[in-house]
Amino acid sequence: MDVTVTDVDAGRRPVTVPGLGRSLRAEEMVINMGPQHPSTHGVLRLELVVDGEIVVDIVPHIGYLHRCFEKHCEHMTNYQQVVPYVDRMDYVAAMSNELGYVIAVEKMLKIRVPDRVEYIRVIMAEFSRIVSHLIAIGTYGMDIGAFTPFLYCMRDREHVLDIIEETCGARLLYNYMWIGGLSHDVKPNFQDKTRAFCTYFKPKIKELNDLLSYNKIFIERTANVGVLPADVAVNYGVSGPVLRGSGLKFDLRKNDPYSIYDRFDFDIPAGKGLKGTVGDCWDRYMVRVCEMEQSVRIIEQAVEQLPAGDVQSALPKRIRPEAGDVYVRTETPKGELGYYVVSDGSATPFRVKVRPPCFVNLAALPAMSRGAMISDVVAILGSIDIVLGEVDR
Amino acid sequence: MIPQEMFDSLKSAFGEAILEAKPDGVLDPWIKVAPGRMDDIARFLRDTDRFSFDSLMLLSGMDYTKGKLGVVYHLHSLKWNHKIVIKTEVTAENPHVRSVEAVWKTANWHEREAFDMYGIVFDGHPDLRRILMPDDWEGYPLRKDYAVPEYYNGMKVPY
Repeated sequence: MDVTVTDVDAGRRPVTVPGLGRSLRAEEMVINMGPQHPSTHGVLRLELVVDGEIVVDIVPHIGYLHRCFEKHCEHMTNYQQVVPYVDRMDYVAAMSNELGYVIAVEKMLKIRVPDRVEYIRVIMAEFSRIVSHLIAIGTYGMDIGAFTPFLYCMRDREHVLDIIEETCGARLLYNYMWIGGLSHDVKPNFQDKTRAFCTYFKPKIKELNDLLSYNKIFIERTANVGVLPADVAVNYGVSGPVLRGSGLKFDLRKNDPYSIYDRFDFDIPAGKGLKGTVGDCWDRYMVRVCEMEQSVRIIEQAVEQLPAGDVQSALPKRIRPEAGDVYVRTETPKGELGYYVVSDGSATPFRVKVRPPCFVNLAALPAMSRGAMISDVVAILGSIDIVLGEVDR
Repeated sequence: MIPQEMFDSLKSAFGEAILEAKPDGVLDPWIKVAPGRMDDIARFLRDTDRFSFDSLMLLSGMDYTKGKLGVVYHLHSLKWNHKIVIKTEVTAENPHVRSVEAVWKTANWHEREAFDMYGIVFDGHPDLRRILMPDDWEGYPLRKDYAVPEYYNGMKVPY
């Protein structure tokens, strides 16, 4: 169905539906979606203002999982104790959260970590990306009505979690990356297992494409839905697959490199509007599928180049950064995760401010959804891939 | 464009509203500006071709203690791939900053969060209300002098 909105930017606007005309406009009604709604991926409440079946506006209400992470940070006895807390923000990709935080503190301390640590961190961060995208894709399929891909995704996710569990003992919340190093070195069979996973996983992406990505029903539900133009996306500050789905090739691993990502050869997938318009739900979805392929490429290169060494040789005796502040941003599976760390010269952080990608991406939901059908809101929300633990912190 | 040039250019455009700068010797160079003209400065930074700061990476509220609050803006330009940090400071008695929501839409939620956590009021914001805390919450949790309340809505909070 062809639905257009006159201006996505300017709040509540009359919606024009070609063929229907304005005569069918009814009285506006407010519907609550959530906080206990399966499609909201957690406790999120959406206040939908609808005109019949068409969404005029959305007011998201967040904060149900708020635990004031930033206040906790200020009451730690040292910087290292913050690491387990950052795990709990985006809990499906905890390694990526840790990476950004430790890089920020290391930058303040001016520590250079050994190459082996960098390589293992990159492998773990890319594993996290695969895990996170598998969940995003699986649950997205489920939102739309396809249950089987979810089971396939969870099955493949287990293989990654097994490798991570063998390395650091935990499957979800790791506390693995320490400031200046890692909590454990990898096991001797890590390289073999990782290679075996890459060989196993590559055909599975094709399987997933056959099952879901190019499924006619799935395309009908996602193509041309929730279009987000690139300029609106930049103004809303969205990042990650949502931004790249809008056709902009912007990935911090390439555009603002951190760690050792400049040593690897990989591509940045971006939405091309293959099945509909550039920046629609299908594009955002497909960026994630393509990113998993690229993550496998990075992991394969990193495993081959993995140098020997001690992963704890650079651990600082005491963590007491000079007074000052730093902003470090990294590309997590959800988008740009930034840490603004302020030190007053003491052993406790003066302020740790997080820029959660999900929080910023979710703020663009109303702009994407105006003029859509109610059932499309589920598709649009799923395509943003939010984790409420990170939105609310 | 290097931070010193940015400072000089801003200084010539806004004069006294641009207070000081730390162009080097720090990890992220910053420029401190007056809170009252923040929206004009933001628009200038976004629309002037030499700056082209089209993306606001982060807006954070700050409590510098001793009755001073602040807002920190981390800006990035996709066009020129340069960054700058803009800082502004207000007092706890009069915590008013001009909103930049009209310049960068992403500031909408960030400013609501800074209001929620620090009580900084963003003049010109279209929908300034609490975002993470409950609507009936009293006080601003991230202020350094914030005392954890014993009661919430008449109920004793167990610790």
